Amino acid sequence: MSAPESADSIAGHTARSLGMVSCHECGLLVRADPEGGLACPRCHVRLHSRKIDSLSRCWALLLAAAVLYVPANVFPIMTTTYFGAAQSDTIMSGVIYLMQTEWPLAVIVFTASVMVPLVKLFVLAYLAWSVRVGSTSNPGDRTRLFRVIDAIGRWSMVDIYVVTILVALVRVQALANVHAEIGAVFFGAVVVTTILAAQAFDPRLIWDSAEAAQARKEARASAEAGGLPNGNLA
Amino acid sequence: MSEEFVACHDCDLVHRIPVGQEGRSGRCIRCGGVLFNEKRNSVERTLALAVAGAVLFVVANVFPFLSFDMQGRVTETTLLSGVRELWNQDMGSISFLVLITAVVAPGMQLLLLLYILVPAHLGRAPHQLSLCLRLLRRFEAWSMMEVFLIGIFVALVKLGDLADIVPGPAIFSFAILILVLAGAAATFDRRGLWRLVPVSA
Ligand SMILES: [Zn+2]
Ligand SMILES: [Zn+2]
Repeated sequence: MSAPESADSIAGHTARSLGMVSCHECGLLVRADPEGGLACPRCHVRLHSRKIDSLSRCWALLLAAAVLYVPANVFPIMTTTYFGAAQSDTIMSGVIYLMQTEWPLAVIVFTASVMVPLVKLFVLAYLAWSVRVGSTSNPGDRTRLFRVIDAIGRWSMVDIYVVTILVALVRVQALANVHAEIGAVFFGAVVVTTILAAQAFDPRLIWDSAEAAQARKEARASAEAGGLPNGNLA
Repeated sequence: MSEEFVACHDCDLVHRIPVGQEGRSGRCIRCGGVLFNEKRNSVERTLALAVAGAVLFVVANVFPFLSFDMQGRVTETTLLSGVRELWNQDMGSISFLVLITAVVAPGMQLLLLLYILVPAHLGRAPHQLSLCLRLLRRFEAWSMMEVFLIGIFVALVKLGDLADIVPGPAIFSFAILILVLAGAAATFDRRGLWRLVPVSA
């Protein structure tokens, strides 16, 4: 047994409450420097207890994604020319076309392209808001919700890949060809900004704000019960 | 048996975990986040998958994955021809996004795995291991080959009534490659490899 004597007093607390930092790159648990600005002794990156400016970066990226979502759905993502007849498709008209032929695929594309970015936007906004107001309800469920949202974001890339494949495959000179359109650029930008927004969010903030709110509530309760005004303690 | 302390990545709760006990894994008692995952023979199994993956990756990039036959005129497409055509249509940003997520990131993921695991298998710590492990995590996050496979199916259906679509040899290596990449991600023991990097005092 090489574990230190104080093993049981360390496990079960948060690293932050113990004055420690978990390296975000290599996972090494390091005693935090009170001055700050410490580098990880294993991988030499600058240590920080929480992601820097997590909430404001997350909000900024969510706002950008929400703005980009509109042109991504309004403008066509591609134009198909077939024997002289040109037809432009938006994300939604592509889904409607698939619905008439292969509805299970239509469901997949609708989920990946329309639902996933929207759900991601709303869930991340909800999580960021719940941290801001210091919600104490079900931090475990909110953390699991974040993990799901973080994992599904990549599936929105399906439509970008479909355009790529069609553009490469359908090029029989003037007879039949496919052109990528500006909507695809906006849509790609939505996918990237929502992925970055999820990366910017730090789920540990859910627990920090819940603990802080809980501590405030307990302090208030004990102050009322014991008749000790909080202010005198400070 | 030795132990170490780690904090949960998702909620910061500190846990005591065993070190060097193959076949054991553990989750955070508070939020369920994965704390460690030590697979049996992790290095050898992941290395075998990475070697298979590298071969499949080359096949998937060299051979066409679909060919399009319209009245005898045949066009074939590889991963890179899609990237090139988008570039030719002045869609540089999309072209770049596809290049990174479908070619560069999975390719670098496999290269880094090989570079890290071959010396690790021989009992040596790879040169610049710290940098490689950090790069690997970046590329993993942007590697989206499994999504590309769904894209191929959708494209197949969309073109079905326009022309004859013939699957090329790359489509099969593509499908197996996705399973191999998922397997490699599951057997890879990141924490175990980080332990090979010395901690300076
Ligand atoms: Zn580190
Ligand atoms: Zn946890």
